[in-house]
Amino acid sequence: MLLARPRWHAGAPSLPRRWGVAVAIGVGMALAPLPGSASDPVTLTLYSAQHHQMVDLLTQAFTKETGIKVRVHSGEAPEIANQLAEEGDRSPADVYFTENSPELTLLDEKGLLAKISPATLAQVPARYSAADGDWVGVLARENVLAFNPSLIQENALPASLLDLAAPDWKGKVAIAPSDADFLPLVDAVVALKGRAAALEWLKGLKRNAQVYDDDEGVVAAVDRGSVATGIINNYYWARLRTEEGASKTHSQIHHFSDHDVGALVNVSGAAVLKSSKHQNEAQRFVAFLVSRPIQEMLGKGDIDFEYPLATGVPPNPLLKPFDQLQPPDISMLQLGDDRQAAQLLREAGLI
Amino acid sequence: MPGETAGSSGVRFMFAASSRRAPVPLVIAAASGALLVLLPLAYTVIQAAQVDLAAAIGLLMRPLVGELLVNTISLVLATTLAAAVIGTGCAWLIERTTLPGRKFWAVLVAVPLAIPPFISSYAWVSISPDLQDFAGAWLVVTCSYYPLIYLPVAAALRGVDPALEEVGRSLGQGSVSCFFRIVLPHLRPALLGGMLLVALNVLVEFGAFTLLRFRTFTTELYAEYRIGFNGPDASLLAVVLLLLCLICLYAEHRVRGAASYARVGRGARRMASPYALGTLTIPVIGGFVILTVATLGVPLGMILYWLTQHGSAAISPVEVSVPLLVDATAASLGLGLGGAAATVVVAFPLGFLATRYHGPFITLLERTAYLAQGVPGIVVALALISLTVRTLHPLYQTTTVLITAYVIVFLPLALVSVRAALVQAQPVLEDAGRSLGLGWVAIVLRILLPLAGPGLGAAAAMVFVAIVTELTATLLLAPIGTQTLATQVWADTSTLAFAAAAPYAAVMTGLSLLSTWLLARRFGATRFLAS
Repeated sequence: MLLARPRWHAGAPSLPRRWGVAVAIGVGMALAPLPGSASDPVTLTLYSAQHHQMVDLLTQAFTKETGIKVRVHSGEAPEIANQLAEEGDRSPADVYFTENSPELTLLDEKGLLAKISPATLAQVPARYSAADGDWVGVLARENVLAFNPSLIQENALPASLLDLAAPDWKGKVAIAPSDADFLPLVDAVVALKGRAAALEWLKGLKRNAQVYDDDEGVVAAVDRGSVATGIINNYYWARLRTEEGASKTHSQIHHFSDHDVGALVNVSGAAVLKSSKHQNEAQRFVAFLVSRPIQEMLGKGDIDFEYPLATGVPPNPLLKPFDQLQPPDISMLQLGDDRQAAQLLREAGLI
Repeated sequence: MPGETAGSSGVRFMFAASSRRAPVPLVIAAASGALLVLLPLAYTVIQAAQVDLAAAIGLLMRPLVGELLVNTISLVLATTLAAAVIGTGCAWLIERTTLPGRKFWAVLVAVPLAIPPFISSYAWVSISPDLQDFAGAWLVVTCSYYPLIYLPVAAALRGVDPALEEVGRSLGQGSVSCFFRIVLPHLRPALLGGMLLVALNVLVEFGAFTLLRFRTFTTELYAEYRIGFNGPDASLLAVVLLLLCLICLYAEHRVRGAASYARVGRGARRMASPYALGTLTIPVIGGFVILTVATLGVPLGMILYWLTQHGSAAISPVEVSVPLLVDATAASLGLGLGGAAATVVVAFPLGFLATRYHGPFITLLERTAYLAQGVPGIVVALALISLTVRTLHPLYQTTTVLITAYVIVFLPLALVSVRAALVQAQPVLEDAGRSLGLGWVAIVLRILLPLAGPGLGAAAAMVFVAIVTELTATLLLAPIGTQTLATQVWADTSTLAFAAAAPYAAVMTGLSLLSTWLLARRFGATRFLAS
């Protein structure tokens, strides 16, 4: 059955021709260059480490308002930051929108970012943006401890994030060390307690913790009762709570207080790449992110669960009011650029 | 042929063992395919070598590497053993007993191979998030890969001379004793070969373990990528993984090459008289039902279930819409067709050279191409990213790089079928054509392709299915703005948006099952699936 009857007659056989076409298509596809690389003048390339659903909403609204199309490359925050650093001035990216400040600090140190226009910076309190004006804060998120009340009483929860490294927490805590949100926490412990103390803390967590890939995994594990507590950004719990509804949510969140390092507030910011060939459009996109209507939309909707940073915009009611948070006293410059954090995680055996 | 007249003394020396000299352009074409496979391997090793020795020792001796080794090796062992028991058990029950509906079960038991493991893990995780870590990983990969043992063992069982067993029985051995003392030793090459294939697949699996949150070398390479894009540290881990894979591949090669228990007499082939299951019939059927539910019922059932559920906007990365589904399907189909064509084009000269000429250099080229079986997709992808971002920048983030990755990863798959097809197209006919004055283009178009066409088509179709269900390279190398069915399922499932993932999972699984069914019908299940 496999052997097709040989065709000896002179007429052009159909099979080879079909195969010729298939091969031609294949070779053509393999050699086809990346579509849309500079052919139309107004397509912005956004490198995003923010959540897809929010970015999708934002880019659609932006295109509707300005007619400028946006194509998105998504990834984990430190991955994209390092990718941009590696690409250097050949990067196709125009704008980088990310979850935490250290990634922007890294690119700022490497001199890859353009100055944000003063009018954009003025929308947000100055302490949430880069001191040199190279990136602007857009949203903020709080670090919290998710817990499952059926496994642990609220009054048994630790006063400090650092307590979770103590032996009596063995098996009772979940973490996601390769999630972009974990690195700034390590940066913060280094900034406040020093490198040696941070390493000890991580080694303690290594002994105690169940390790997940990301905050989504941690909060889901706590909620279903696989583990008593988990270190996450508040975002993930609020999202789970919205998804499951109040009656089906089995977990709660614990806010660290008294300026404990565990109450760290991360700033999610945006920057324009110096190498961008669409500086005006890129600046326009960043300005759009901190504009009042967009900040209000993010505060109201059930898509994003971060604090809008534009002055006077209320956050999602599921979140604890911003002025009641008691974050540690630490500047974004002190937080650094994640490189030491990654090194420490390796030394502790967490990644 | 131009190549033959251009043959240099060097070429003649290399092909001294063959009766005819291979045309130089053909050798160059085949060699470039083999070099393509060596590219990511060499690049990874070179990158790893750039880490200075002290740092490298520190990185390799860190606790995590030990943990990953324990995780990876224990899972490989557990899965391989479980798959061996299930695969051999199924094969023996189907081939050698009075099990009712044997033809029916023979198909159902092989089908799970057409369901990508990360779809199975999506299904299992969405039923019970507790099915994670070791137990979940064990369950999912065993369910996905046991047919790799079932198929060759069943084929081997059909080939065993029934007379041996009859002799055993006449000498007073019971059925169990017969199985262990006579049948099992005959199955050894098929069984061991299958087990090593399972081990290799477990080593390179990425998607299923990420979704099941089980840490192996592949998931850790991805974690490193997420934290540092593509540092040299990752390439050190990659080298360890490569070593494990190549050891498996080498062992598989040895097992396959070494033993064969062919029957001596060629006489008429007949089936051994089947063992009566008797009172065991019902429990055995029960076992097959459980197996089918676990391997097919759960994945397909859960996809259907999630298709009927409404996803929440908060969790779904992007609301599923018909245009998005069409776009992702088109992207998957386009990449599948392009990749399949490119892979067969690269495999063809290798297969042609290997079936028409002999010599140590040709053997080396062919073996190099098969080496790709031991190179995990994530290693290929990471190497191509580094290579293009640094050295071959014009190719960076292009479809070309992704297609290249597919060619490297699936070259062995294509080569097996291309080789088989070319063996069946007898060289004598080409000689006849040549003697009648046809040029080589005419010989290829008018003789070779019509004869080998169906086999080449099967090769392309297999690569097509493999690409449509491929996750790792697609995830890392897809150009900006390209979403495929696989990357959509992955993006949704990793944020626990199971309902949003369902339409993509359904289309992908449907495509895979349909293509597999068409292929199996045309070419026979065993030949197609086992290769």
